Amino acid sequence: MSEFWSDYTVRVVVFGSALIGAVSGALGCYAYLRRQSLIGDVVAHSSLLGIVSAFWGAFLLTGSGNKSLWVIIPGAIVAGLAALLLTRAVTGLTRIKEDAGLGVMLAIFFGTGMMLLRWLQRAQPPIPGRSSLDGYLFGMSAAMTSQDLWMIGLIGAAAVITMLLFWSRLKILTFDPEYAAGLGLPVRRLELLLLCLMVIGIVVGLQIAGVVLMISLLVAPAAAARQWTHHLGKMVGLASTIGAICAAGGALLSAVFSHLPTGPVIVALVTLAFVASVLCSPSRGLLFRRRFVVD
Amino acid sequence: MDIAIETQQLTVAYGAQPALWNVNVEIPSLGITGIIGPNGAGKSTLLKAILGNVPRLSGHVTLHRTDEAGSAAIGYVPQRSAVDWDFPTTVFDLVMMGTYGRLRWFQRPGKREREQTRQALQQVHMEEFADRQIGELSGGQQQRVFLARAFVQRASIYLMDEPFAGVDAKTENMLIEILHQLRDEGNTIVLVHHDLTTVKDYFDHVVLLNRKLVACGTTPQTFTAENIELAYGVAGKQLLSRIS
Repeated sequence: MSEFWSDYTVRVVVFGSALIGAVSGALGCYAYLRRQSLIGDVVAHSSLLGIVSAFWGAFLLTGSGNKSLWVIIPGAIVAGLAALLLTRAVTGLTRIKEDAGLGVMLAIFFGTGMMLLRWLQRAQPPIPGRSSLDGYLFGMSAAMTSQDLWMIGLIGAAAVITMLLFWSRLKILTFDPEYAAGLGLPVRRLELLLLCLMVIGIVVGLQIAGVVLMISLLVAPAAAARQWTHHLGKMVGLASTIGAICAAGGALLSAVFSHLPTGPVIVALVTLAFVASVLCSPSRGLLFRRRFVVD
Repeated sequence: MDIAIETQQLTVAYGAQPALWNVNVEIPSLGITGIIGPNGAGKSTLLKAILGNVPRLSGHVTLHRTDEAGSAAIGYVPQRSAVDWDFPTTVFDLVMMGTYGRLRWFQRPGKREREQTRQALQQVHMEEFADRQIGELSGGQQQRVFLARAFVQRASIYLMDEPFAGVDAKTENMLIEILHQLRDEGNTIVLVHHDLTTVKDYFDHVVLLNRKLVACGTTPQTFTAENIELAYGVAGKQLLSRIS
C-alpha cells in the first residue's frame, strides 16, 4: 500500500478528489437548504452537452483532442447555467410549471450531449482521446493530472472564499428571501450568486463522479451533516469533511481495484455516511426517535 | 396627515388571475393600519408589493419614510409558514439577521449587533430561548422571534402578515402591547388581519380589500356595515352579526 501511495498519479488523484469532495460538500449545503437538489441534478446532467461540445470545439480549433479541465469545466458551466436560464424563460413565458420545465430541459441537454458523444466516438477519422470521454458519465478519477488539480483548486477556492465573504447575506437569503428584500438586500443578484456557487460545486466534481451521479456528492454530505448539528457553520464544515473523506476514499478504492468506476464507489460511500447519519444521529436519528412535545 | 406608503393604480397578477386590481391606498405614518378582507383578497400580496417582492403589472408604490440610514428598509414579519423552521439556526441567530441590513459587505455581526439582539429578545420576553434551535419553538414563540428580528432592524415601517394567526390569547395581548409601544414611538405599522371582532380595538386605520380596494381610512369611518358587506359579500352580514 505504501508503495502504491508513493505513486505520484495516485497522490494527485486522491488529493484532488478530497479537494473536490470538500468544495462540493460545502456548497451543497445551500442547494440542500434551498431545496434545489433537483435543480442541481439538472445542472449536472445538462453539463454533458457542454463537456462534449467543449471537447469537440477544442478539437476543431487546435486539431487535437483535449480533455484538460481548463477546457471541459467552462463548457460544463455554460451548459449547466444555460439549462437553468432556459428553464426559467420557458416557465416565465408559458404556463409550464417549473418541475416539468426542468425535466424537459434535462432530457434535451443530456440527450443531445449523449448523441453528440456517440457521434464523436464513431466519427472518422478518429479524434484522439475521445474514447475516455465516456468517463464523464460515471466519473473517472484516474485521468486527473496535476494541471487539473490546479483548475479544481482555483475555482474551488474562489467559490468557497466567496461563500465565506457573503456568509451572512447568503444565510438570510436561504432562510427567508422575502425578509432579505425588506432589509434592502439585492436579492436577485445574491440569488444568482448562490446559483453560480452551486454550479461550481457541481462542475468541479464532474470528473470524479460523472454527470449522472454528481448530485449525490453535492447533496448527500449536506443531508448527512444536517442530522448532527443545528448550526449552519458546523453543518457546512461537517458536510465538507464528509465529502472530502468519501471522495478521497472512493478515488483510492477505485485506484486499488482498477475495475471499480470512481463515481459509483464515491456514491456508495456518501450513501453509507448518509444512512448512518439518518439512523444514528442522537437528536434526529430514526433509532433514537422521540416524540417532541413543544411548549 | 403624513402619508408613509402610497400605492397608485397598483395591479398585481399571478398568471392570468389578478390578485390586486387598480388599488390606490394611502397608509398614514402614524398609527396602526389593518389590512382586512376575505381569503384570497390580495392582502398578503399588497404587503409583498410594498416590499417590492412581486412583479407589478402596473402602478406605483411610493415609500415616503426612510430610516436613519436613509434607506427605505422595511421591518417585514412574514407569515410563520413562509419559512422552514427546520433551518439549522438558533433563536439568537435568527433575530440577529435583523442587523444584517446595517452591515457593510463582507462584515459580520459584532459586539454591538449582539447587544442589540439581546435587547430585542428581552423586549419580546424570549431571552431564555436564545440558544434554542428555532424548530423547537411554539407558534406564539416563533411569532415573537420574528417580531424581535423586525425590532432589531430599527426600521420605521413594519409590515406584518397575520402575526396573530395560530397564537394564543396571552401572546396576542403581549404582541399588541408591543405594537402599541412601537406606534407610540412614531413608527408606521401595517398588519394583515383576519379576525373582524378585534378590528375596532386594534387599528387606527383600516384598508378593506377584495382584489379591488373597497375602502380606506380611519377605523370609525371605514369599518362600517356597508363596507364590510361590500368586501365580504353575503357572508359579511353573518360576520357582522357575530361582532355586535
